[in-house]
Amino acid sequence: MNHDVYEPAYIRQILEDVRTIAIVGASSNEARPSFFVTKYLVDKGYTVFPLNPGMAGKEICGRKVYASLGEVPEPIDMVDIFRNSEVAASFVDQALTLEPSPKVIWMQLTVRHDEAAAKAEAAGVRVVMNRCPKIEYGKLSGEWGWVGGNSGVISSKKQSLHGSGKMQSLGIVKQ
Amino acid sequence: MSDQKPGFDTLAIHAGAKPDPATGARATPIYQTTSFVFDDAQHAADLFALRAFGNIYTRIMNPTQAVLEEKVAALEGGTAALATASGHSAQLIICHSLMRPGDEIVCARQLYGGSINAFNHSFKSFGWNVVWADIDDISSFEKAITPKTKAIFIESIANPGGRVTDMDAIAAIAKNAHVPLIVDNTLASPYLCRPIEHGANIVVESLTKFLGGHGNSMGGIIVDGGNFDWGKNKGQFPMLTEPNVSYNGVTMYETFGNIAFAITCRVLGLRDLGPAISPFNAFLILTGMETLSLRMQRHCDNALKVAEWLSSDPRVSWVSYAALPGDKDHDKQKKYAPKGAGAVFTFGLKGGYDAGVGTVSKVELLSHLANVGDTRSLIIHPASTTHSQLTPEQLEMAGAGADVVRLSVGIEDVADIIADLDQAMS
Ligand SMILES: Cc1ncc(COP(=O)(O)O)c(C=O)c1O
Repeated sequence: MNHDVYEPAYIRQILEDVRTIAIVGASSNEARPSFFVTKYLVDKGYTVFPLNPGMAGKEICGRKVYASLGEVPEPIDMVDIFRNSEVAASFVDQALTLEPSPKVIWMQLTVRHDEAAAKAEAAGVRVVMNRCPKIEYGKLSGEWGWVGGNSGVISSKKQSLHGSGKMQSLGIVKQ
Repeated sequence: MSDQKPGFDTLAIHAGAKPDPATGARATPIYQTTSFVFDDAQHAADLFALRAFGNIYTRIMNPTQAVLEEKVAALEGGTAALATASGHSAQLIICHSLMRPGDEIVCARQLYGGSINAFNHSFKSFGWNVVWADIDDISSFEKAITPKTKAIFIESIANPGGRVTDMDAIAAIAKNAHVPLIVDNTLASPYLCRPIEHGANIVVESLTKFLGGHGNSMGGIIVDGGNFDWGKNKGQFPMLTEPNVSYNGVTMYETFGNIAFAITCRVLGLRDLGPAISPFNAFLILTGMETLSLRMQRHCDNALKVAEWLSSDPRVSWVSYAALPGDKDHDKQKKYAPKGAGAVFTFGLKGGYDAGVGTVSKVELLSHLANVGDTRSLIIHPASTTHSQLTPEQLEMAGAGADVVRLSVGIEDVADIIADLDQAMS
């Protein structure tokens, strides 16, 4: 499939489908983008497994850190890769050996590996590249507009508040 | 919506403006509040550290303003936008994000007089130095660039002369030098021209003019094209690429990608310098924007008829309006703003200074004032008002010679506009 542009419906379906997300390259440094994303996805109610060999056994955002995909104790719906494009392929290979296979492989902004993506798609795994799930969630929920972002979404339906009941939190996933 | 990409008029009405999440209100509510309650202490900390999306304080963001921002970003084809208290404050915040003392900005000579003043005098006191170039000599832009250049600044259609700038050519120079091209799109509005499609990286506008369109609210906007690599040359744009101490070491470009410029302008520029737009003004401008296409086309149609009438009038020595077939900018207008040349243009009276003063004194329908982009037709004689402190030579340079009259043609019945000019010129 074309990985230059994604239809909002494709992204929405992914973010609605997945419940467990492994974050490859999660950081405990609170100024790092990977920390921002981990925190956001935890707050939105996803079950997040931070991966970082140097921090295995410790916690990020209250979630236990694992050294590798193979050690995560639950089925992983989505693997989110916060590593550069060159090494992304090796994480895709690892993800494809998981039982059961993940439903989605997501590569962060600036990360793209077309060959690895084709391989994953051939195995029936949906792929998103060079995007951030926090940004995409924000665009679909309406939160992106709060920072002046152009969501590309037009709708005459009221935006939903997040299931957490928090005042300043919009949601897209039915809780 | 279906897979069909929404058209411009649909965006003008719907972009950013979903029904209110709290109340279901269909029109955008006016959130006339200074501040917003946090969900809990952690949420507050996340907001202040930029980790969560949300509202803190109206100096930084406001939900009414946010709708305005998304709408203009959508109409201009940008990734994000930031609204400010006025067009001028938007320019200030842009320069603050890009420039350090000693840096330079290359500006077209053909700019709104207020912008020329700001660059020449006020910005100098921050150590930001302007180097002037000329849209009639594109190579002057290339020659003006030095290692200290941080941006090129032009107007798509320039105020007051209605001159059309060759954006493609200047965008190529900016790209080659790897500096962002900033385009002030105030006089064209995104209905007539979308500079990002011609290589602009940042679009700035005074919302006070055609976007609001009714002469009732000040406002400005910065649109991030999302198409500039801030990190290409190390150290070129430190505010975007170096860890920020006031946000615990967050790096804007790395964290916010293709909206990093808009975010930097908001969380560093607007937060610290403070020119926030009022929610009520944001609401009025939003209401105006819903009819942007209708008004703008009528402005252009009326302006062309007035320009044609003036061209054939014996009291008039010249008319400078790019939509007139003989105009020196007519080819550029057909390329960059094919739907029309806008509402603002200048003409010369054979009777010189006295005829100019006489005309503005005698108008009864047109308003004699210093603004453009109102539903009402506006007229001014620069030499006796906005430019009266200049010498005759300086007046000529500024395109504001003694005989020059500037119009901003409104959307009244064009026959009435022409009749009023006719009686006022006699
Ligand atoms: C082209 C242009 N840019 C900027 C401005 C400044 O905008 P504001 O008056 O909203 O500060 C104006 C105002 O006349 C203008 O015509």
